[in-house]
Amino acid sequence: MKLKVKNFNVKINNKDILNNININFKKNSIHALIGPSGCGKSTFLKSINRMNDLIDKFTFDGNIFLDDKNIYDIDEVSLRKKVGMVFQKATPFPKSIFENVAYGLRIHGIKDKKFINKKVKESLKASALWDEVKDKLNSSALNLSGGQQQRLCIARTIAVNPDVILMDEPCSALDPISTFKIEDLIQKLKRKYTIVLVTHNMQQAKRVSDFTSFFLNGHVIESGKTNQIFLNPKKEKTESYISGRFG
Amino acid sequence: MKEKFIKVLIFTSGFITILLFVVIIAYILINGIPVISFEFLFANTLNSGREGGILPMILSSIYILILTAIFSIPIGVGIAIYMTQYCKNILLIKFIRFISRCLASIPSIIYGLFGFTFIVLFLRLGWSIFSASLVLSLMAIPTIFQVSEVTLNNIPLNLIESSLGLGATRLQTIISVIIPIAIPGITTGIILALTRAFSEAAAVMYVVGSTFQIPLSIFDTGRPLPLHLYILASEGISFENAYGTATVLIFIVLFITISTNYFVNRYQRRIKYEIKS
Repeated sequence: MKLKVKNFNVKINNKDILNNININFKKNSIHALIGPSGCGKSTFLKSINRMNDLIDKFTFDGNIFLDDKNIYDIDEVSLRKKVGMVFQKATPFPKSIFENVAYGLRIHGIKDKKFINKKVKESLKASALWDEVKDKLNSSALNLSGGQQQRLCIARTIAVNPDVILMDEPCSALDPISTFKIEDLIQKLKRKYTIVLVTHNMQQAKRVSDFTSFFLNGHVIESGKTNQIFLNPKKEKTESYISGRFG
Repeated sequence: MKEKFIKVLIFTSGFITILLFVVIIAYILINGIPVISFEFLFANTLNSGREGGILPMILSSIYILILTAIFSIPIGVGIAIYMTQYCKNILLIKFIRFISRCLASIPSIIYGLFGFTFIVLFLRLGWSIFSASLVLSLMAIPTIFQVSEVTLNNIPLNLIESSLGLGATRLQTIISVIIPIAIPGITTGIILALTRAFSEAAAVMYVVGSTFQIPLSIFDTGRPLPLHLYILASEGISFENAYGTATVLIFIVLFITISTNYFVNRYQRRIKYEIKS
């Protein structure tokens, strides 16, 4: 198991956001987190790379283990290097395409130009963007289309060699063709990385993920293999959610 | 009918605003431009300003502008960065905002009086360009701070989180992501504050002295353009030269504003990112 979450609770401003979460994430798998808006999936995702530490009045108890090591025993910079994140809206930096991918390497103090060039090329290839941008690496990343920007953000994330990639609804702002490309990419990425995918789109969860956890009001209602959750849910609430009766 | 009336009203008020601006500028230029000559710009002042040029005043003003920039920009921008990126204490943030709003609304003559009693007399810094810059910095900091804070607060959180998510530290994020995006907005605030300081007579009249000599050091007394203008007009020395001085003042301020705008726009086109502020 790559990631283990044990009895994890979160309160923000003294309000319960997550209650007693227990999920294990298998190495080199895609694990989808589904559930209606406000059910705590994004908060949970951001707990894994300690992004919630930025929030005032965020408190938690319980443990999250990355490779059997408590994430609060790892300093946050190394943790975030190992656990990359891709956001709902593509967030390229206002720099060139090349510099966007090189950013993570540069902040970690890498100066070797050859290495950076090689790494940028590899990452852009791995994120299926290389062929589209290889002739304009120095133009602004903000000239790219939404789908390209999102793939650039994925390239930027994998350039620093993470183990885990957290994706917070990476396709929700994209058209179907771009969505398809990203889903295809996610499938390929799992060979090397462990992926946690928050999605509103149940079809997407069904299409790409190996495992699925269903969140509702800060609780995990059901967790298991994607096929089992969608074809043969054990809990009534899961069944009504996936069949579209609420949410 | 009602809509038409409102349209006319809005149009008229807009027109009056523009008309006022044009009339004021034109009036000063018509009276001032005939006075301006090579001698007026580059000669020493003679006979209390009735004759000669305004070189000492131009230099005083430029010294003060540069010193004020050096004092106020790091502090104003620094507080804004601290408050938006580091400080989590909402009460403290609200308190600093409140204080800065109060500081911004104090009449400039009171800054002058404070400068005289505190900086000139109590700190014994004497009448000097240095003292004047300190007083003007106090006036400029709240504006720089307020505009910078709004700009920094408008930077999308996702962008900051993306940088932190790649393992960047706060400082790295501030230097390589936040500041480059915020530069245009921050520059606007700086220009707003500095052009006001540059045009300020009341705040400096008790702290800068009133010499006609070319200032050789920042600890010399000086006489910036607005103060010279004020003295020329209020003591009835030479209205002609007062208009000449006003014209030079306006040109310098316009030059600063327009050239900064040009560079900011060019920069924004290059990074293709615009933050409203």
